[in-house]
Amino acid sequence: MLFGTVTTIKVLVCSTILYVIISLIFGLMRLSKNPLIQGTATVYIEFFRGTSLLVQLFWFYYVLPFFGLTLEAFTAGVVAIGMNFGAYGAEIVRGGILAVPKGQWEGAFALNFTPAKRMRKIIIPQIFPIILPPAANLTVELLKATALVALVTVVDLTFEAKQINSITWLSAQCFGTALLIYYIISRFFLVPFLRWLEVLAARKVGKDKI
Amino acid sequence: MNAEWRWDFAIEILPQMLLATLNTILAAGIGYAIAAVVGLLFLLGQRTPIKIVNMINREIVEFIRSTPLLIQLFFVYFVLPQFGITLSAWVCGMITIGLHFGTYLSEVYRGALEGVPKTQWETCRALNFSTFYTYRKIVLPQAFPIAIPGMGNYLVGIFKDTPLLSTIGVAELFHAATAVGGYNYRYLEPYTIVGIIFLTLSIPAAMWIRKLEKNVNLAQGKIKKEQL
Repeated sequence: MLFGTVTTIKVLVCSTILYVIISLIFGLMRLSKNPLIQGTATVYIEFFRGTSLLVQLFWFYYVLPFFGLTLEAFTAGVVAIGMNFGAYGAEIVRGGILAVPKGQWEGAFALNFTPAKRMRKIIIPQIFPIILPPAANLTVELLKATALVALVTVVDLTFEAKQINSITWLSAQCFGTALLIYYIISRFFLVPFLRWLEVLAARKVGKDKI
Repeated sequence: MNAEWRWDFAIEILPQMLLATLNTILAAGIGYAIAAVVGLLFLLGQRTPIKIVNMINREIVEFIRSTPLLIQLFFVYFVLPQFGITLSAWVCGMITIGLHFGTYLSEVYRGALEGVPKTQWETCRALNFSTFYTYRKIVLPQAFPIAIPGMGNYLVGIFKDTPLLSTIGVAELFHAATAVGGYNYRYLEPYTIVGIIFLTLSIPAAMWIRKLEKNVNLAQGKIKKEQL
């Protein structure tokens, strides 16, 4: 079970990194003035939010090999979860960028910053305190979603629990322990870490006194 | 096994898939009804003035919210028979989904109740209305519109989580797709059709909820018509 827990944490870390990158890219694309770029992002987001994660996971794992692209179970799991949560995250990023006060945009404009520099130096650093609380919720959701990779044969915590259950038939102990481990990861490790990030981000832009 | 999309096969399995879609919708509907009621119970637990009840309620909600639905399903499905309670996969699935999303809905309800300005309560107190009357006539009519978008989102959420039920053998859409795929050894068409069915159902639902949200905001005077 502990071995499975390590895999679960690996999946969690990898897909969190992937989803953060994807949500930043697509969140920015969503705000682009170019209709083609914006359209691509919208289609992507609607597609991944509209279908179930489990369906996407199975699609990545069982259907992509037909197109000659065989992914390992672990990779398929991470990619599916990352892309799915990236779509949700992109909406959060978009909301965060729009929530930056207008004066900041105008100030940067008045100082003759190029759009790229304005985004990078002024706007992006300010979105973190705004987007981190919803992103933290999303990350806890992601932890729970990692359980699904067991269904495409990744040997994670859920998979181990199922396996041990089918050998010993001590269901209450197996699944009870698995539930507890997930609870402990989320309650005592993930959530405090995310809270700490929130405090850090708030301090960076000098908002910690509010 | 080749990578080509076969229309004849897709059309052949389509009626079977659509039939299973009805099961999926039914499961989402029942699960949502249970979740709505369970959410109210959790809300009640949260708002009782007894401290210990609040604390226990909070821990239960935290626990259910931070553990995966999949394992909860397994837990209910495999563990209850050990205590002599044997339920069908359907019943297990509905109970688990109801409990899981009930915790989320209780948060939505709480947010909606807290969204009603405090002055409304104070005014009712000043007018000497009873608590029950205040809830029924003043607070709930104002809280309900606030709760609608959140409730709608979780309806779509439940709908998208119903494929998990296939893991304990509920014969819904995803289960049908896996069965068809395994029988014919072709997964491309079944899983793609599942994806398309989900898209065609959940995108209009999401759009409808967004419209509802706008209407609610309009009715409450939070935004003006020109802003739309």
